[in-house]
Amino acid sequence: MSTYLLRRIWQMIPTLAGVMLLVFFLFNVFGGDPAAILAGKVASKEKIDAIREQLGLNAPIWVQLWIFVKQVFTFDFGASWSTNEAVSAIILQKAPVSLTVMLQVWLLDAIVAVTLAVAVAYKRGSFTDRAVMGICTAAMSISLLLYVVVGQWLLAYKLEWFPVLGWSDDFWTNVSTYAPLPILLLLFVSIAPSLRLYRSFVVEETGQDYARTARAKGASEHRVMFVHVLRNAAVPIVTNLALALPGLFVGSFLIEMVFSIPGLGKEIVNAVQRSDFPVIKAITVYLAMFAMAVNLLVDVLYKRLDPRVELK
Amino acid sequence: MTQQQASYGFWRAAGKRLWADKLARFCMAVLVVYFLVAGAAGMGWVAKDWNEEVGVSYANPSFLGDDYPNPQGKNSIISQDVLVIDEKQKAVDPLAPYYEEIEKNAAAYEKAEVKPSWTLPLGGDKWGRDVFDKVIKAGQVSISIGLASALLAVFIGTVLGALGGYFGGKLGDLLEWFYNIFTSVPYILLVLAFAAVFGKGVSTVILVLGFVGWTGTYRLIRAEYIKQRGRDYVMAANAIGASHGRKMFVHILPNVSHLILVQLSQLVVDFIKAEVILSFLGLGVPTDSVSWGIMINEVMPELVLGKWWQLATVAVVMSTFVVSFGLFTDLLRDALDPKASRR
Repeated sequence: MSTYLLRRIWQMIPTLAGVMLLVFFLFNVFGGDPAAILAGKVASKEKIDAIREQLGLNAPIWVQLWIFVKQVFTFDFGASWSTNEAVSAIILQKAPVSLTVMLQVWLLDAIVAVTLAVAVAYKRGSFTDRAVMGICTAAMSISLLLYVVVGQWLLAYKLEWFPVLGWSDDFWTNVSTYAPLPILLLLFVSIAPSLRLYRSFVVEETGQDYARTARAKGASEHRVMFVHVLRNAAVPIVTNLALALPGLFVGSFLIEMVFSIPGLGKEIVNAVQRSDFPVIKAITVYLAMFAMAVNLLVDVLYKRLDPRVELK
Repeated sequence: MTQQQASYGFWRAAGKRLWADKLARFCMAVLVVYFLVAGAAGMGWVAKDWNEEVGVSYANPSFLGDDYPNPQGKNSIISQDVLVIDEKQKAVDPLAPYYEEIEKNAAAYEKAEVKPSWTLPLGGDKWGRDVFDKVIKAGQVSISIGLASALLAVFIGTVLGALGGYFGGKLGDLLEWFYNIFTSVPYILLVLAFAAVFGKGVSTVILVLGFVGWTGTYRLIRAEYIKQRGRDYVMAANAIGASHGRKMFVHILPNVSHLILVQLSQLVVDFIKAEVILSFLGLGVPTDSVSWGIMINEVMPELVLGKWWQLATVAVVMSTFVVSFGLFTDLLRDALDPKASRR
């Protein structure tokens, strides 16, 4: 196990180096002259030169690359170009906001989708099954954008069930007042594909020999479903849930923009609009690292959930 | 004389399977209409004047008539005071003696004034542009972005996948490294990072989506090439001295082309959805142009004013296209690649 872990971590190094190279070349080589962006619309030659000197842009490219690598490992990306806040402070401040919304979405989506998937798989092939699958297909084909725009207008503006938008400094106010509508709308969008996927996992397992054996020895259908089938179907379901984790940190760009939630997603979109490269660079690199760690975690989880899996 | 019926070729058989399905035929009919209209808009035959202010601001849709409440409509509660210039006015107006001269001079620049219409077929937007023309033009932009970026992504994915799968070894490892890099960053974040660097514009959106979206195709084609390269027909081609390039693209490629077609179809839908979201966030198509995403972007303040027709139009038009294309992709996959699992 530990040799496996060590080797996997060793294998991550080239990928991580690649991500860093990609981000570096994307922003430092193709990204245009940051000094010109920073100096603003009316910039004198001296000002641009001063900024170039300050950012180390006059140094050869490998020195700049080295600066970037040091930035990544010291968690010090300097200050945002537009607000002059430290990038690390921005990330630490915004990530919990995104998570306040997205963790709830993630949990509720898992609970609702798994429950419904098992319930529908009980009656596979029946009218209920086909009706639910039909609704899922229809729901999936409508753009997230339309759900958000119409949902905000209908539920918040017209019916006044929720505030139209906003965010406060108090965690409980956010959870009880501002988060429910975004969460509800995101659930509308995310449950349909999850439900379809999980149903296919469960149905695949119900056809296996062990399920038949369990029924043959007289286990009730409930016991077959929840003890035998769900345990086996849990492997792909947990994988799927874990792989969705890195996305949670970014939150949903759309939902954060539309509802004015000051999370990471909104920060990234604003940074893109303002050409605030340090913020985008930092978030991209750290999320890639996080995603790699999650991938490793998934493989280890596999082993725990299904002892037959050989880790090589 | 009885003659044995020759069995159909692969494409013919797949085409027949697809045609036999009523739903597939219906989807194809819908898609053909969309592509024809988009093509006509691209040639400038229809919706050329989408940017003209042909109606009043928020003109009502024709089916509601001009009696439907509209601040600028006939039954408007706001009425303009018209100043009547009579003798008493003229006595205090310093310009009064010059009116005739002014009017005479102005006549030289007389232009036929287009009276903005109170109603438009599907209503008007804030600037009085015809929503019907707009949605056609927007469809042309969105569909062509989806098609072009999907072609680019599939091209990159196929070439890299073919190289990686066919040669393997060091080159294969290098390409796998590329693949790992691109897949370790969440997709939408990578799109935004590319968008941040390359700026705005139609061609940028195409490049960004194409450069970021090739990974799925690469994975699929690479696996397929690894499977195919040991087959007898490739050995036979090798025996008669075919070059690597010939074996890869003349011998093997036709055998995986059905997968490429399905992939292309899938990516068009995905990229149209992505473009809509990018444009909505203000990172895609520039605002002097129009796309479905930009139309939805304009909708939010309109809804508050009770002007729902632009939203309804774009929602119906876009959803119909996406649903038809999505269903068509599924059916195409069933017809071309029966073994593929459907999720």
